[in-house]
Amino acid sequence: MKRPPLHRLLVGLAIAAAAVASVVPAVAMAESLVVYSARNEQLIKPVFDLYTKETGVDVKFTTADAAVLVTRLAAEGRNSPADILMTVDAGELWNAAERGLLKPVRSPVLERNVPKHLRDPHGRWFGFSQRARTIAYNPRKVDPKSLSTYEALADPAWKGRLCLRTSKKVYNQSLVAMMIKTLGEAQAERVVRGWVANLATDVFANDTALLEAIAAGQCDVGIVNTYYFGRIVRERPDFNARLFWANQGSGGVHVNISGAGVVATSRNSAAAQRFLEWLSEGKAQEFFAASNLEYPTNPRVAKDPLVVSWGPFQPSVINVVEAGRLQAAAVKLMDRAGYR
Amino acid sequence: MSSFPARAAAATTVLLLAVPVAVPVLSAFAAWAAPAADVWSHQLQHVLPRAGWNTALLVLLVGVSAGALGTTLAWLVAAHDFPGRRFFGWALLAPLALPGYVMAVVFAGALDFSGPLQTAGRALLGDTWRLPPVRSIGGAALVLTLTLYPYVYMLARVAFESTGARALEAAQSLGLDRRAAFRRVLLPMARPAIAAGIGLVAMETLADFGVVAAFNVDTFTTSIYRAWFGMFSLAAALQMAALLALFALVAAGIERRLRGRRGFASQRSSGGMLQRLRLSPGQGLCAAAAASMVLAVAFVLPLAQLLAWAWQHAAVDLDRRYLGFVLRSVALAASGSIVVVIAAVALGYALRSDRRTWLQSLGRFASVGYALPGTVLAVGLFAPIAAMNGWMQDWLDVRWGDAAPQLALQGTLLTMLLAYLARFLAVGVGPVESGLARIHRNLDEVALSLGARGPARLARVHLPLLRGSLLAAAMLVFVDLMKELPITLMTRPFGFETLAVRVFEMAAEGEWARAALPSVFIVAAGLIPVWLLARRFTHVT
Repeated sequence: MKRPPLHRLLVGLAIAAAAVASVVPAVAMAESLVVYSARNEQLIKPVFDLYTKETGVDVKFTTADAAVLVTRLAAEGRNSPADILMTVDAGELWNAAERGLLKPVRSPVLERNVPKHLRDPHGRWFGFSQRARTIAYNPRKVDPKSLSTYEALADPAWKGRLCLRTSKKVYNQSLVAMMIKTLGEAQAERVVRGWVANLATDVFANDTALLEAIAAGQCDVGIVNTYYFGRIVRERPDFNARLFWANQGSGGVHVNISGAGVVATSRNSAAAQRFLEWLSEGKAQEFFAASNLEYPTNPRVAKDPLVVSWGPFQPSVINVVEAGRLQAAAVKLMDRAGYR
Repeated sequence: MSSFPARAAAATTVLLLAVPVAVPVLSAFAAWAAPAADVWSHQLQHVLPRAGWNTALLVLLVGVSAGALGTTLAWLVAAHDFPGRRFFGWALLAPLALPGYVMAVVFAGALDFSGPLQTAGRALLGDTWRLPPVRSIGGAALVLTLTLYPYVYMLARVAFESTGARALEAAQSLGLDRRAAFRRVLLPMARPAIAAGIGLVAMETLADFGVVAAFNVDTFTTSIYRAWFGMFSLAAALQMAALLALFALVAAGIERRLRGRRGFASQRSSGGMLQRLRLSPGQGLCAAAAASMVLAVAFVLPLAQLLAWAWQHAAVDLDRRYLGFVLRSVALAASGSIVVVIAAVALGYALRSDRRTWLQSLGRFASVGYALPGTVLAVGLFAPIAAMNGWMQDWLDVRWGDAAPQLALQGTLLTMLLAYLARFLAVGVGPVESGLARIHRNLDEVALSLGARGPARLARVHLPLLRGSLLAAAMLVFVDLMKELPITLMTRPFGFETLAVRVFEMAAEGEWARAALPSVFIVAAGLIPVWLLARRFTHVT
């Protein structure tokens, strides 16, 4: 028979390859950092490359969902190769800090550059860009004067006119968590029930589809992160939807952060801190936010021109740590209210 | 009766192969030591009743429709001559190459209110015209059926072509017409294969997250992620996953029953070519049209959309790195499918030669990984390996102090391949078992009397007869691995990027149009084995 030897050869090769790959140790060079990032490759790699170019420090990274990365950190324990955990929302940073996976950092630079409400009070994580979640509307169907707050979208006047994204997305969980913080659980639940009663159609899987639905006239208003809107209008300037800054004068626009912290078991925590400080100012900070049309957290850094064109707004200044602390409660509230 | 060494070998094989899946499943069950009472009482009251009902309905819908579609197409292609038959023979497998999570986004976008179909519909038929709600169980069932029917199609077709000729002859000699022969003889004979196909479809539906998320259907799997990602309770997520594994085991038991008695087996698997019925020109045209329609909806149109998106972004995103993405994806999928198919043969053969009940049950258990959500399985396997790595590291540190090398076993290809084995063994076992089932036991006895036993008998008697099934298994696993995401994402070494990882990078930020480019490459790479296999089909059967 001719076949078995070929099979054997292939098995041998596979085993050999696997063995070689597993024996080669993850060598920790003196000047290198390992980042576990939930911020995706196309947004983050240019930043790392820039850092390597400026400082000679090599940055290795892996990407995955934040919850998976946190679970991974916990499983690896003190042998984890990671120095920095980076996420795209405050919830998982709060969770990682709660579980003792991040270490406190004392840094005058970070404390100066990152506003107080966008970082952990104990210095375990810091926000490096803001993601604003506000109201979007169809200008042919809605007079912006009729818009005011997130809460007002629960009013029966919006019956059959509201579109929402799924409550599975952390952005909505954070928004509702912040509402629990400001309104209390009972009042927040009334608002969410009002939203559900006003839905024009089933909830959407993503903000982009929601914006398309507003533009196409399936619904009149919705709640979205601004950069999704930005991505669309960058390619289609005549896109039939506008942004409205919610809750001006009554708490401000809900913002979440994309942020990072130093891993508790990091053997390079000084180098990790230097990287975070570098990320909080100058070109790095500008690029970090602008590459995804987000808002920088450092108020002294320039925004992308398209982002500037949406005008200034007053953000909520409640510490984003609440988004994590109240997230589980928000999820339960939305389940109770039938917000899927 | 097999000898003691043979029984010991069979038992050892099955035990070893059950380990990779036992680790995550047992860690899921272990989570029950401390039930997350708070999360559970909430889930039971507000989430699980709906999610459970949705899951059952979805599995039923997809199982029945993929089973019917796959079997019908297999019978059409295997037993009839019509224009384009050879082309459709392999082209109907093509939807396998499209990742379900990508297809779901294409369909959800195209069929929604703001999509081209409804926009055109409103322009033509008036502003109040609507399709039935797209983001629904119906939408998810449609996409899952279109991406998963090829499992049934492929296994049923191998079954029809390898055993059909003799059976059809015999049935017709007994006076049955072709239709009656199909219904009363060939279909029952192909039952193990069809049941195996539907079993795979059902398990993949249970484990699916991408498609149901795109259509916003709450299922058991989405509830698992809600507990983990939303409520920070990995414990509750693992506890739910343990229930899912239990459910899959029960379902596998039922599927055993569905396969029925295993008495159907021919002396020679290649009893000559199945005599194909030449359809009249009119019928032939209808057959070709029907096959074209399935192919258009399940493959050509979604691919066209992906190509259009890919074209928009190729100028920026397509660069030299893609060569690496493709090579790594193909190498991973190829080595993974070799490992899985060899394991499947070992398992199938051990279960065939040793019929003890506990061993059979353990064998079923080894396949249950396919029904678990990929991320849960990845975590369940990753955590123990990371812990083991920790112990070894501690030992090294004690011995060498600061000079000790840093281990990272959990992020290596070895861990990846183990996890692939845990997850995809079922995909390999399905075709191999139904292939083995078609080989008559008399053949084993004859081989034994001629002095061929154990591995020699496998190599010289069974493998040649199994070639079609082995190729089918290898292809199915290869294509599945090309699309695999959660395990690869979690266990890959630093900087190890594949095509599926690229899709994740873009999709995680909602940039679906940019995810099209790597998706197109996944489809292209997945089509190669489909096409190769199709060419072998004509030689093999």
